[in-house]
Amino acid sequence: MIKFDQVSKRYPGGREALARVNFELADAEMAFLTGHSGAGKSTLMKLIILMEKASQGQVFVDGINLNRLSRRHIPQIRRKVGVVFQNHQLLFDRTVFDNVALPLTISGHQPREIGRRVRAALSKVGLSGKEKQYPVALSGGEQQRVGIARAVVNKPPLLLADEPTGNLDPELSKEIMNLFEQFNQVGVTVLIASHDLELVKQLGYRQLTLSKGCLL
Amino acid sequence: MNALKKNSSKPVGGASVQSQTFSIAAYLSNHKKVGTETLIKLFKTWFASLMTWLVIGIAFALPLILYILLNNANQLGGEWQGKPRISIYLKADLGAAETSTLLNSLIQNEAVASAKLITAEAALAEFQTQSGFKDVLSSLPFNPLPAVIEVEPKAVSPASLKLLVTKLADQPSIESVSFDLDWVERLFAILALGERFVTALSVFLGLGVLLSIGNTIRLAIENRRAEIEVVKLVGGTDSFVRRPFLYLGFWYGLGGALFAWLMVQISLIFLSSPIERLLHSYQNEFYLVGLGFVETLILLASGAFLGVLGAGIAVGRHLHQIEPT
Ligand SMILES: Nc1ncnc2c1ncn2[C@@H]1O[C@H](COP(=O)(O)OP(=O)(O)OP(=O)(O)O)[C@@H](O)[C@H]1O
Ligand SMILES: [Mg+2]
Repeated sequence: MIKFDQVSKRYPGGREALARVNFELADAEMAFLTGHSGAGKSTLMKLIILMEKASQGQVFVDGINLNRLSRRHIPQIRRKVGVVFQNHQLLFDRTVFDNVALPLTISGHQPREIGRRVRAALSKVGLSGKEKQYPVALSGGEQQRVGIARAVVNKPPLLLADEPTGNLDPELSKEIMNLFEQFNQVGVTVLIASHDLELVKQLGYRQLTLSKGCLL
Repeated sequence: MNALKKNSSKPVGGASVQSQTFSIAAYLSNHKKVGTETLIKLFKTWFASLMTWLVIGIAFALPLILYILLNNANQLGGEWQGKPRISIYLKADLGAAETSTLLNSLIQNEAVASAKLITAEAALAEFQTQSGFKDVLSSLPFNPLPAVIEVEPKAVSPASLKLLVTKLADQPSIESVSFDLDWVERLFAILALGERFVTALSVFLGLGVLLSIGNTIRLAIENRRAEIEVVKLVGGTDSFVRRPFLYLGFWYGLGGALFAWLMVQISLIFLSSPIERLLHSYQNEFYLVGLGFVETLILLASGAFLGVLGAGIAVGRHLHQIEPT
Protein backbone atom coordinates (compact mmCIF):
# COMPACT_ATOMS: atom_id res chain seq x y z
CA MET A 1 0.00 0.00 0.00
CA ILE A 2 2.84 2.39 0.85
CA LYS A 3 6.40 2.27 -0.45
CA PHE A 4 9.20 4.74 0.28
CA ASP A 5 12.23 4.45 -1.98
CA GLN A 6 15.31 6.44 -0.84
CA VAL A 7 13.09 9.32 0.23
CA SER A 8 14.66 12.50 1.56
CA LYS A 9 12.89 15.66 2.53
CA ARG A 10 14.57 18.97 3.15
CA TYR A 11 12.40 21.95 4.09
CA PRO A 12 13.48 25.22 2.57
CA GLY A 13 16.17 26.66 4.82
CA GLY A 14 16.07 23.72 7.19
CA ARG A 15 18.10 20.59 7.69
CA GLU A 16 16.94 17.23 6.42
CA ALA A 17 13.65 16.18 8.03
CA LEU A 18 13.84 12.77 6.34
CA ALA A 19 17.03 11.13 5.04
CA ARG A 20 17.00 8.25 2.54
CA VAL A 21 14.01 6.53 4.08
CA ASN A 22 13.16 3.07 2.72
CA PHE A 23 10.21 0.99 3.81
CA GLU A 24 7.14 -0.80 2.56
CA LEU A 25 3.78 -1.27 4.17
CA ALA A 26 1.73 -4.12 2.74
CA ASP A 27 -2.00 -3.99 2.06
CA ALA A 28 -4.00 -4.52 5.25
CA GLU A 29 -0.88 -4.19 7.39
CA MET A 30 -0.86 -2.24 10.63
CA ALA A 31 2.25 -0.47 11.92
CA PHE A 32 3.37 2.20 14.37
CA LEU A 33 5.67 5.08 13.58
CA THR A 34 7.70 6.19 16.58
CA GLY A 35 10.58 8.51 17.27
CA HIS A 36 11.54 11.61 19.21
CA SER A 37 9.85 14.92 18.66
CA GLY A 38 11.17 16.38 15.41
CA ALA A 39 12.23 12.98 14.12
CA GLY A 40 10.17 13.42 10.99
CA LYS A 41 6.99 11.42 11.72
CA SER A 42 4.58 14.09 10.60
CA THR A 43 6.75 14.87 7.60
CA LEU A 44 6.58 11.23 6.50
CA MET A 45 2.80 11.28 6.69
CA LYS A 46 2.58 14.60 4.87
CA LEU A 47 4.50 13.08 1.98
CA ILE A 48 1.91 10.32 1.67
CA ILE A 49 -1.00 12.73 1.31
CA LEU A 50 0.95 15.18 -0.82
CA MET A 51 1.00 18.01 1.67
CA GLU A 52 4.71 18.04 0.97
CA LYS A 53 6.77 16.79 -1.93
CA ALA A 54 9.86 14.60 -1.50
CA SER A 55 13.13 16.38 -2.24
CA GLN A 56 14.64 13.11 -3.39
CA GLY A 57 13.46 9.56 -3.88
CA GLN A 58 10.04 8.20 -4.64
CA VAL A 59 6.84 7.65 -2.68
CA PHE A 60 4.27 5.13 -3.89
CA VAL A 61 0.70 4.93 -2.60
CA ASP A 62 -1.42 2.05 -3.86
CA GLY A 63 1.11 1.54 -6.66
CA ILE A 64 0.99 5.16 -7.80
CA ASN A 65 4.22 7.13 -7.97
CA LEU A 66 3.40 10.43 -6.29
CA ASN A 67 6.24 12.22 -8.07
CA ARG A 68 4.51 11.60 -11.37
CA LEU A 69 1.08 12.65 -10.16
CA SER A 70 -0.38 15.80 -11.70
CA ARG A 71 -2.02 18.43 -9.51
CA ARG A 72 -5.39 17.46 -10.91
CA HIS A 73 -5.12 13.92 -9.54
CA ILE A 74 -4.13 14.82 -5.99
CA PRO A 75 -7.74 14.65 -4.68
CA GLN A 76 -8.01 11.05 -5.88
CA ILE A 77 -5.10 10.01 -3.66
CA ARG A 78 -6.34 12.01 -0.69
CA ARG A 79 -9.76 10.36 -0.90
CA LYS A 80 -8.10 6.99 -0.48
CA VAL A 81 -6.38 8.09 2.69
CA GLY A 82 -8.16 8.86 5.93
CA VAL A 83 -5.97 11.11 8.04
CA VAL A 84 -6.13 11.98 11.72
CA PHE A 85 -4.09 15.16 11.95
CA GLN A 86 -1.87 16.08 14.87
CA ASN A 87 -3.51 19.52 14.91
CA HIS A 88 -7.02 18.13 14.18
CA GLN A 89 -7.68 20.39 11.14
CA LEU A 90 -11.34 20.85 12.05
CA LEU A 91 -13.58 23.61 10.73
CA PHE A 92 -14.65 25.70 13.67
CA ASP A 93 -17.57 27.38 11.96
CA ARG A 94 -19.22 24.07 11.17
CA THR A 95 -20.96 21.58 13.39
CA VAL A 96 -19.45 18.26 14.38
CA PHE A 97 -21.83 16.61 11.93
CA ASP A 98 -20.73 18.81 9.02
CA ASN A 99 -17.07 18.30 9.88
CA VAL A 100 -17.39 14.54 9.84
CA ALA A 101 -19.59 14.65 6.73
CA LEU A 102 -17.03 16.61 4.70
CA PRO A 103 -15.27 13.65 2.99
CA LEU A 104 -18.68 12.29 1.95
CA THR A 105 -19.98 15.65 0.76
CA ILE A 106 -17.01 16.26 -1.50
CA SER A 107 -17.37 12.89 -3.17
CA GLY A 108 -21.04 13.51 -3.86
CA HIS A 109 -22.90 11.09 -1.61
CA GLN A 110 -26.63 11.23 -1.10
CA PRO A 111 -27.71 13.24 1.96
CA ARG A 112 -29.49 10.25 3.50
CA GLU A 113 -26.38 8.08 3.08
CA ILE A 114 -24.26 10.85 4.58
CA GLY A 115 -26.48 11.10 7.65
CA ARG A 116 -26.38 7.37 8.24
CA ARG A 117 -22.61 7.07 7.90
CA VAL A 118 -21.78 10.15 9.93
CA ARG A 119 -23.90 8.96 12.85
CA ALA A 120 -22.26 5.53 12.65
CA ALA A 121 -18.77 7.06 12.68
CA LEU A 122 -19.61 9.37 15.58
CA SER A 123 -20.99 6.50 17.59
CA LYS A 124 -17.77 4.55 16.93
CA VAL A 125 -15.70 7.27 18.58
CA GLY A 126 -18.20 7.76 21.40
CA LEU A 127 -19.54 11.13 20.28
CA SER A 128 -23.17 10.24 19.62
CA GLY A 129 -25.36 13.16 20.51
CA LYS A 130 -22.67 15.78 19.91
CA GLU A 131 -23.35 16.13 16.21
CA LYS A 132 -25.06 19.51 16.46
CA GLN A 133 -22.29 21.07 18.57
CA TYR A 134 -19.45 23.19 17.29
CA PRO A 135 -15.85 22.04 17.79
CA VAL A 136 -15.05 24.97 20.13
CA ALA A 137 -17.54 23.55 22.61
CA LEU A 138 -15.62 20.27 22.77
CA SER A 139 -12.63 19.24 24.85
CA GLY A 140 -9.27 18.54 23.19
CA GLY A 141 -9.87 14.81 23.31
CA GLU A 142 -13.35 15.16 21.88
CA GLN A 143 -12.02 17.29 19.02
CA GLN A 144 -9.46 14.61 18.34
CA ARG A 145 -12.20 12.02 18.13
CA VAL A 146 -14.14 14.18 15.69
CA GLY A 147 -10.99 14.10 13.56
CA ILE A 148 -10.89 10.30 13.87
CA ALA A 149 -14.54 9.99 12.86
CA ARG A 150 -13.90 12.17 9.82
CA ALA A 151 -10.88 10.05 8.85
CA VAL A 152 -12.86 6.82 8.82
CA VAL A 153 -16.27 7.97 7.63
CA ASN A 154 -15.68 7.32 3.94
CA LYS A 155 -14.09 3.90 4.57
CA PRO A 156 -10.69 4.65 3.11
CA PRO A 157 -8.33 1.77 2.28
CA LEU A 158 -5.48 3.56 4.07
CA LEU A 159 -5.63 5.22 7.46
CA LEU A 160 -2.92 7.54 8.77
CA ALA A 161 -3.09 8.78 12.34
CA ASP A 162 -0.65 11.37 13.65
CA GLU A 163 -0.67 11.19 17.46
CA PRO A 164 -4.36 10.22 17.56
CA THR A 165 -4.27 9.64 21.29
CA GLY A 166 -2.15 12.64 22.28
CA ASN A 167 -4.98 14.28 24.21
CA LEU A 168 -6.70 11.18 25.52
CA ASP A 169 -6.55 9.45 28.87
CA PRO A 170 -4.99 5.97 28.93
CA GLU A 171 -8.28 4.12 28.87
CA LEU A 172 -9.73 6.12 25.98
CA SER A 173 -6.38 5.79 24.19
CA LYS A 174 -6.68 2.04 24.35
CA GLU A 175 -10.21 2.11 23.06
CA ILE A 176 -9.21 4.27 20.11
CA MET A 177 -6.34 1.91 19.35
CA ASN A 178 -8.80 -0.96 19.47
CA LEU A 179 -10.94 0.88 16.97
CA PHE A 180 -7.97 1.14 14.61
CA GLU A 181 -7.32 -2.57 15.08
CA GLN A 182 -10.91 -3.28 14.08
CA PHE A 183 -10.41 -1.33 10.89
CA ASN A 184 -7.22 -3.23 10.23
CA GLN A 185 -9.04 -6.50 10.68
CA VAL A 186 -11.41 -5.71 7.82
CA GLY A 187 -8.53 -4.93 5.48
CA VAL A 188 -7.63 -1.28 6.08
CA THR A 189 -3.93 -0.46 6.05
CA VAL A 190 -3.12 1.51 9.19
CA LEU A 191 -0.10 3.64 10.08
CA ILE A 192 -0.11 5.36 13.46
CA ALA A 193 2.48 7.85 14.71
CA SER A 194 2.74 7.71 18.47
CA HIS A 195 4.84 8.79 21.43
CA ASP A 196 3.20 6.24 23.67
CA LEU A 197 5.91 3.57 23.50
CA GLU A 198 4.29 1.62 26.33
CA LEU A 199 1.02 1.21 24.48
CA VAL A 200 2.78 0.50 21.17
CA LYS A 201 4.82 -2.27 22.75
CA GLN A 202 1.75 -3.71 24.43
CA LEU A 203 -0.19 -3.91 21.15
CA GLY A 204 2.71 -5.67 19.45
CA TYR A 205 2.45 -4.49 15.87
CA ARG A 206 5.33 -3.68 13.54
CA GLN A 207 7.25 -0.62 14.61
CA LEU A 208 9.02 1.87 12.37
CA THR A 209 11.34 4.11 14.35
CA LEU A 210 12.65 7.41 13.05
CA SER A 211 15.61 9.22 14.53
CA LYS A 212 16.69 12.57 13.15
CA GLY A 213 15.04 11.73 9.86
CA CYS A 214 16.63 8.28 9.47
CA LEU A 215 14.68 5.05 9.73
CA LEU A 216 16.37 2.74 12.25
CA MET B 1 -15.50 4.88 31.16
CA ASN B 2 -17.66 3.51 28.47
CA ALA B 3 -17.41 6.13 25.79
CA LEU B 4 -16.82 3.71 23.00
CA LYS B 5 -19.06 0.94 21.84
CA LYS B 6 -16.79 -2.02 22.18
CA ASN B 7 -19.35 -4.62 21.44
CA SER B 8 -20.10 -3.54 17.90
CA SER B 9 -18.15 -5.97 15.84
CA LYS B 10 -18.51 -4.23 12.49
CA PRO B 11 -16.30 -1.19 12.24
CA VAL B 12 -17.29 1.78 10.12
CA GLY B 13 -14.36 1.28 7.80
CA GLY B 14 -14.58 -1.25 5.03
CA ALA B 15 -12.22 -2.77 2.51
CA SER B 16 -10.64 -0.75 -0.24
CA VAL B 17 -13.55 -1.41 -2.54
CA GLN B 18 -16.21 1.15 -1.75
CA SER B 19 -19.59 1.55 -3.27
CA GLN B 20 -19.74 4.60 -5.48
CA THR B 21 -22.89 6.41 -4.56
CA PHE B 22 -22.01 9.38 -6.73
CA SER B 23 -24.90 10.46 -8.90
CA ILE B 24 -26.20 13.36 -10.91
CA ALA B 25 -28.91 13.87 -8.31
CA ALA B 26 -26.34 14.16 -5.52
CA TYR B 27 -24.28 16.53 -7.66
CA LEU B 28 -27.29 18.74 -8.31
CA SER B 29 -28.34 18.63 -4.69
CA ASN B 30 -24.85 19.82 -3.74
CA HIS B 31 -25.21 22.71 -6.19
CA LYS B 32 -28.56 23.60 -4.71
CA LYS B 33 -27.19 23.37 -1.18
CA VAL B 34 -24.11 25.46 -1.93
CA GLY B 35 -26.20 27.99 -3.85
CA THR B 36 -28.72 28.52 -1.07
CA GLU B 37 -26.11 28.43 1.70
CA THR B 38 -24.12 31.12 -0.08
CA LEU B 39 -27.20 33.28 -0.43
CA ILE B 40 -28.16 32.80 3.23
CA LYS B 41 -24.64 33.83 4.28
CA LEU B 42 -24.95 36.95 2.14
CA PHE B 43 -28.18 37.90 3.90
CA LYS B 44 -26.64 37.24 7.31
CA THR B 45 -23.94 39.80 6.53
CA TRP B 46 -26.53 41.99 4.87
CA PHE B 47 -24.81 45.32 5.37
CA ALA B 48 -21.59 44.32 3.65
CA SER B 49 -23.59 42.55 0.95
CA LEU B 50 -25.75 45.62 0.41
CA MET B 51 -22.66 47.77 -0.11
CA THR B 52 -21.37 45.41 -2.79
CA TRP B 53 -24.77 45.19 -4.44
CA LEU B 54 -25.09 48.97 -4.51
CA VAL B 55 -21.63 49.47 -6.01
CA ILE B 56 -22.41 46.96 -8.74
CA GLY B 57 -25.91 48.38 -9.15
CA ILE B 58 -24.63 51.92 -9.72
CA ALA B 59 -22.06 50.70 -12.20
CA PHE B 60 -24.83 49.02 -14.16
CA ALA B 61 -27.43 51.75 -13.75
CA LEU B 62 -25.35 54.65 -15.08
CA PRO B 63 -24.85 53.41 -18.64
CA LEU B 64 -28.35 51.93 -18.60
CA ILE B 65 -30.02 55.25 -17.92
CA LEU B 66 -27.95 56.91 -20.64
CA TYR B 67 -28.83 54.06 -22.95
CA ILE B 68 -32.52 54.50 -22.29
CA LEU B 69 -32.42 58.26 -22.86
CA LEU B 70 -30.49 57.71 -26.08
CA ASN B 71 -32.96 55.10 -27.19
CA ASN B 72 -35.80 57.52 -26.65
CA ALA B 73 -33.98 60.28 -28.49
CA ASN B 74 -33.39 57.88 -31.37
CA GLN B 75 -37.04 57.07 -31.49
CA LEU B 76 -37.84 60.76 -31.52
CA GLY B 77 -35.37 61.36 -34.34
CA GLY B 78 -36.74 58.39 -36.23
CA GLU B 79 -39.91 60.34 -36.95
CA TRP B 80 -37.93 62.60 -39.24
CA GLN B 81 -35.42 60.21 -40.55
CA GLY B 82 -37.27 58.27 -43.25
CA LYS B 83 -39.11 61.26 -44.65
CA PRO B 84 -37.14 64.46 -44.79
CA ARG B 85 -39.73 67.06 -45.61
CA ILE B 86 -39.24 70.07 -47.82
CA SER B 87 -41.48 73.03 -47.19
CA ILE B 88 -41.97 75.35 -50.16
CA TYR B 89 -43.28 78.78 -49.21
CA LEU B 90 -45.17 80.37 -52.05
CA LYS B 91 -45.15 84.04 -52.94
CA ALA B 92 -48.08 85.79 -51.24
CA ASP B 93 -49.50 87.19 -54.48
CA LEU B 94 -49.62 83.86 -56.28
CA GLY B 95 -53.01 83.09 -57.81
CA ALA B 96 -54.94 79.85 -57.45
CA ALA B 97 -54.29 78.76 -61.05
CA GLU B 98 -50.56 79.34 -60.78
CA THR B 99 -50.50 77.53 -57.48
CA SER B 100 -52.17 74.46 -58.90
CA THR B 101 -49.84 74.49 -61.94
CA LEU B 102 -46.88 74.52 -59.61
CA LEU B 103 -48.38 71.77 -57.50
CA ASN B 104 -48.97 69.58 -60.55
CA SER B 105 -45.48 70.15 -61.87
CA LEU B 106 -44.13 69.13 -58.47
CA ILE B 107 -46.24 65.99 -58.36
CA GLN B 108 -44.92 65.03 -61.80
CA ASN B 109 -41.34 65.78 -60.83
CA GLU B 110 -39.32 62.55 -60.81
CA ALA B 111 -37.54 63.34 -57.55
CA VAL B 112 -40.75 63.98 -55.64
CA ALA B 113 -42.69 61.26 -53.90
CA SER B 114 -45.63 63.36 -52.86
CA ALA B 115 -46.60 66.99 -52.66
CA LYS B 116 -49.37 68.51 -50.61
CA LEU B 117 -50.72 72.01 -50.65
CA ILE B 118 -51.53 73.79 -47.45
CA THR B 119 -53.36 76.98 -48.30
CA ALA B 120 -52.76 80.15 -46.31
CA GLU B 121 -56.17 79.71 -44.64
CA ALA B 122 -55.49 76.11 -43.68
CA ALA B 123 -52.07 77.06 -42.36
CA LEU B 124 -53.62 79.75 -40.19
CA ALA B 125 -56.27 77.40 -38.85
CA GLU B 126 -53.69 74.77 -37.98
CA PHE B 127 -51.42 77.28 -36.37
CA GLN B 128 -54.27 78.62 -34.29
CA THR B 129 -55.20 75.24 -32.91
CA GLN B 130 -51.67 74.05 -32.28
CA SER B 131 -50.01 76.99 -30.61
CA GLY B 132 -51.05 79.36 -27.96
CA PHE B 133 -51.31 82.35 -30.30
CA LYS B 134 -54.97 82.01 -31.08
CA ASP B 135 -56.04 85.36 -29.75
CA VAL B 136 -53.11 87.24 -31.21
CA LEU B 137 -53.68 85.76 -34.65
CA SER B 138 -57.37 86.37 -34.76
CA SER B 139 -56.80 89.99 -33.85
CA LEU B 140 -54.64 90.53 -36.91
CA PRO B 141 -56.35 92.25 -39.84
CA PHE B 142 -54.84 89.92 -42.44
CA ASN B 143 -53.44 86.43 -42.62
CA PRO B 144 -49.65 86.70 -42.20
CA LEU B 145 -49.02 83.11 -43.24
CA PRO B 146 -48.10 82.11 -46.80
CA ALA B 147 -49.39 79.05 -48.61
CA VAL B 148 -47.06 76.13 -48.33
CA ILE B 149 -46.45 73.05 -50.42
CA GLU B 150 -45.06 70.20 -48.41
CA VAL B 151 -42.91 67.96 -50.55
CA GLU B 152 -41.73 64.55 -49.65
CA PRO B 153 -38.77 63.67 -51.86
CA LYS B 154 -38.05 60.19 -53.17
CA ALA B 155 -34.34 60.32 -52.56
CA VAL B 156 -33.10 60.68 -49.02
CA SER B 157 -29.38 61.15 -49.61
CA PRO B 158 -28.34 64.65 -48.55
CA ALA B 159 -26.70 65.35 -51.96
CA SER B 160 -29.79 64.64 -54.08
CA LEU B 161 -31.97 66.54 -51.63
CA LYS B 162 -29.75 69.57 -51.93
CA LEU B 163 -29.97 69.41 -55.74
CA LEU B 164 -33.76 69.31 -55.60
CA VAL B 165 -33.90 72.19 -53.16
CA THR B 166 -31.62 74.39 -55.31
CA LYS B 167 -33.75 73.70 -58.38
CA LEU B 168 -36.96 74.60 -56.56
CA ALA B 169 -35.55 77.75 -55.06
CA ASP B 170 -34.80 79.09 -58.55
CA GLN B 171 -38.47 79.07 -59.59
CA PRO B 172 -40.01 82.56 -59.66
CA SER B 173 -43.29 81.64 -57.97
CA ILE B 174 -41.48 80.36 -54.88
CA GLU B 175 -40.63 82.67 -52.06
CA SER B 176 -38.30 80.35 -50.16
CA VAL B 177 -37.57 76.70 -49.55
CA SER B 178 -36.73 75.21 -46.22
CA PHE B 179 -35.95 71.73 -45.22
CA ASP B 180 -34.97 70.19 -41.94
CA LEU B 181 -32.27 67.86 -43.15
CA ASP B 182 -29.41 69.75 -41.56
CA TRP B 183 -30.61 69.33 -38.09
CA VAL B 184 -31.72 65.78 -38.63
CA GLU B 185 -28.20 65.06 -39.79
CA ARG B 186 -26.79 66.80 -36.79
CA LEU B 187 -29.14 65.01 -34.41
CA PHE B 188 -28.09 61.66 -35.77
CA ALA B 189 -24.43 62.54 -35.62
CA ILE B 190 -24.91 63.49 -31.97
CA LEU B 191 -26.87 60.32 -31.26
CA ALA B 192 -24.16 58.18 -32.88
CA LEU B 193 -21.60 59.92 -30.74
CA GLY B 194 -23.79 59.33 -27.70
CA GLU B 195 -24.04 55.66 -28.56
CA ARG B 196 -20.26 55.36 -28.74
CA PHE B 197 -20.02 57.15 -25.44
CA VAL B 198 -22.50 54.80 -23.77
CA THR B 199 -20.69 51.79 -25.22
CA ALA B 200 -17.33 53.00 -23.91
CA LEU B 201 -18.86 53.82 -20.54
CA SER B 202 -20.49 50.36 -20.37
CA VAL B 203 -17.18 48.69 -21.12
CA PHE B 204 -15.39 50.66 -18.41
CA LEU B 205 -18.09 50.20 -15.82
CA GLY B 206 -18.45 46.51 -16.75
CA LEU B 207 -14.74 46.19 -16.10
CA GLY B 208 -15.32 47.98 -12.81
CA VAL B 209 -18.04 45.47 -11.89
CA LEU B 210 -15.70 42.63 -12.77
CA LEU B 211 -12.91 44.06 -10.64
CA SER B 212 -15.08 44.86 -7.66
CA ILE B 213 -16.63 41.38 -7.67
CA GLY B 214 -13.18 39.89 -8.16
CA ASN B 215 -11.85 41.82 -5.21
CA THR B 216 -14.79 40.92 -2.97
CA ILE B 217 -14.29 37.26 -3.86
CA ARG B 218 -10.56 37.53 -3.18
CA LEU B 219 -11.36 38.74 0.34
CA ALA B 220 -13.87 35.93 0.80
CA ILE B 221 -11.25 33.39 -0.28
CA GLU B 222 -8.77 34.89 2.17
CA ASN B 223 -11.37 34.67 4.96
CA ARG B 224 -12.08 31.03 4.25
CA ARG B 225 -8.47 29.96 3.89
CA ALA B 226 -8.68 27.41 6.69
CA GLU B 227 -11.80 25.87 5.22
CA ILE B 228 -10.25 25.61 1.76
CA GLU B 229 -7.20 23.91 3.22
CA VAL B 230 -9.25 21.33 5.09
CA VAL B 231 -11.49 20.64 2.10
CA LYS B 232 -8.40 20.09 -0.04
CA LEU B 233 -6.90 17.83 2.63
CA VAL B 234 -9.81 15.46 2.63
CA GLY B 235 -9.72 15.24 -1.17
CA GLY B 236 -11.94 18.10 -2.34
CA THR B 237 -11.43 18.76 -6.03
CA ASP B 238 -10.71 22.21 -7.41
CA SER B 239 -14.22 22.44 -8.79
CA PHE B 240 -15.71 21.60 -5.39
CA VAL B 241 -13.57 24.27 -3.73
CA ARG B 242 -14.40 26.76 -6.45
CA ARG B 243 -18.16 26.21 -6.33
CA PRO B 244 -19.17 28.36 -3.32
CA PHE B 245 -17.12 31.27 -4.63
CA LEU B 246 -18.67 31.06 -8.08
CA TYR B 247 -22.08 31.10 -6.44
CA LEU B 248 -21.00 34.08 -4.38
CA GLY B 249 -20.07 35.89 -7.59
CA PHE B 250 -23.36 34.82 -9.13
CA TRP B 251 -25.40 36.28 -6.27
CA TYR B 252 -23.33 39.48 -6.18
CA GLY B 253 -23.82 39.96 -9.92
CA LEU B 254 -27.49 39.09 -9.94
CA GLY B 255 -28.22 41.19 -6.84
CA GLY B 256 -26.27 44.09 -8.30
CA ALA B 257 -28.28 43.88 -11.53
CA LEU B 258 -31.52 43.83 -9.51
CA PHE B 259 -30.46 46.98 -7.69
CA ALA B 260 -29.53 48.54 -11.04
CA TRP B 261 -33.02 47.76 -12.33
CA LEU B 262 -34.51 49.37 -9.24
CA MET B 263 -32.34 52.47 -9.64
CA VAL B 264 -33.25 52.77 -13.32
CA GLN B 265 -36.98 52.49 -12.61
CA ILE B 266 -36.78 55.12 -9.88
CA SER B 267 -34.75 57.45 -12.09
CA LEU B 268 -37.23 57.06 -14.94
CA ILE B 269 -40.16 57.90 -12.70
CA PHE B 270 -38.18 60.90 -11.56
CA LEU B 271 -37.30 61.97 -15.13
CA SER B 272 -40.36 61.02 -17.12
CA SER B 273 -42.80 63.73 -16.14
CA PRO B 274 -40.51 66.73 -16.85
CA ILE B 275 -39.35 65.17 -20.13
CA GLU B 276 -42.86 64.41 -21.27
CA ARG B 277 -44.01 67.88 -20.34
CA LEU B 278 -41.13 69.37 -22.32
CA LEU B 279 -41.91 67.33 -25.41
CA HIS B 280 -45.64 67.89 -25.23
CA SER B 281 -44.95 71.58 -25.58
CA TYR B 282 -43.43 70.73 -28.97
CA GLN B 283 -46.70 69.16 -30.06
CA ASN B 284 -45.27 65.74 -29.54
CA GLU B 285 -47.13 62.81 -28.13
CA PHE B 286 -44.21 61.35 -26.25
CA TYR B 287 -43.85 58.75 -23.56
CA LEU B 288 -40.51 57.78 -22.08
CA VAL B 289 -39.89 54.12 -22.82
CA GLY B 290 -38.11 52.29 -20.01
CA LEU B 291 -36.63 48.81 -19.80
CA GLY B 292 -38.70 46.16 -21.50
CA PHE B 293 -39.10 42.61 -20.28
CA VAL B 294 -36.41 41.21 -22.56
CA GLU B 295 -34.03 44.03 -21.74
CA THR B 296 -34.58 43.39 -18.02
CA LEU B 297 -33.80 39.71 -18.55
CA ILE B 298 -30.64 40.62 -20.45
CA LEU B 299 -29.63 42.95 -17.62
CA LEU B 300 -30.10 40.25 -14.98
CA ALA B 301 -28.35 37.62 -17.07
CA SER B 302 -25.36 39.81 -17.80
CA GLY B 303 -25.17 40.72 -14.11
CA ALA B 304 -25.07 37.07 -13.13
CA PHE B 305 -22.63 36.32 -15.94
CA LEU B 306 -20.23 39.11 -14.98
CA GLY B 307 -20.46 37.96 -11.35
CA VAL B 308 -19.53 34.39 -12.16
CA LEU B 309 -16.80 35.58 -14.53
CA GLY B 310 -15.28 37.94 -11.95
CA ALA B 311 -15.42 35.24 -9.30
CA GLY B 312 -13.91 32.71 -11.71
CA ILE B 313 -10.99 34.99 -12.44
CA ALA B 314 -10.36 35.69 -8.75
CA VAL B 315 -10.68 32.03 -7.81
CA GLY B 316 -8.38 30.97 -10.63
CA ARG B 317 -5.76 33.44 -9.46
CA HIS B 318 -5.88 32.77 -5.75
CA LEU B 319 -7.05 29.23 -5.15
CA HIS B 320 -3.88 27.60 -6.41
CA GLN B 321 -1.88 29.60 -3.90
CA ILE B 322 -3.74 28.04 -1.00
CA GLU B 323 -2.33 24.64 -0.23
CA PRO B 324 -2.69 22.84 3.09
CA THR B 325 0.24 23.17 5.48
N1 LIG C 1 7.03 23.50 7.41
C1 LIG C 1 8.28 23.30 7.88
N2 LIG C 1 9.29 24.13 7.54
C2 LIG C 1 10.53 23.93 7.99
N3 LIG C 1 10.88 22.94 8.79
C3 LIG C 1 9.94 22.06 9.17
C4 LIG C 1 8.59 22.20 8.73
N4 LIG C 1 7.86 21.19 9.27
C5 LIG C 1 8.72 20.46 10.00
N5 LIG C 1 9.96 20.98 9.95
C6 LIG C 1 11.15 20.41 10.59
O1 LIG C 1 11.30 19.07 10.17
C7 LIG C 1 11.67 18.25 11.24
C8 LIG C 1 10.67 17.10 11.41
O2 LIG C 1 9.43 17.64 11.78
P1 LIG C 1 8.13 16.74 12.01
O3 LIG C 1 6.98 17.62 12.22
O4 LIG C 1 8.06 15.76 10.91
O5 LIG C 1 8.53 15.99 13.36
P2 LIG C 1 7.64 14.99 14.22
O6 LIG C 1 8.40 13.72 14.28
O7 LIG C 1 6.27 14.92 13.70
O8 LIG C 1 7.66 15.71 15.63
P3 LIG C 1 6.51 15.69 16.76
O9 LIG C 1 6.58 14.39 17.45
O10 LIG C 1 6.91 16.79 17.67
O11 LIG C 1 5.21 15.93 16.07
C9 LIG C 1 11.74 19.14 12.47
O12 LIG C 1 13.11 19.45 12.68
C10 LIG C 1 10.98 20.37 12.07
O13 LIG C 1 11.56 21.51 12.65
MG1 LIG D 1 4.41 15.48 14.37
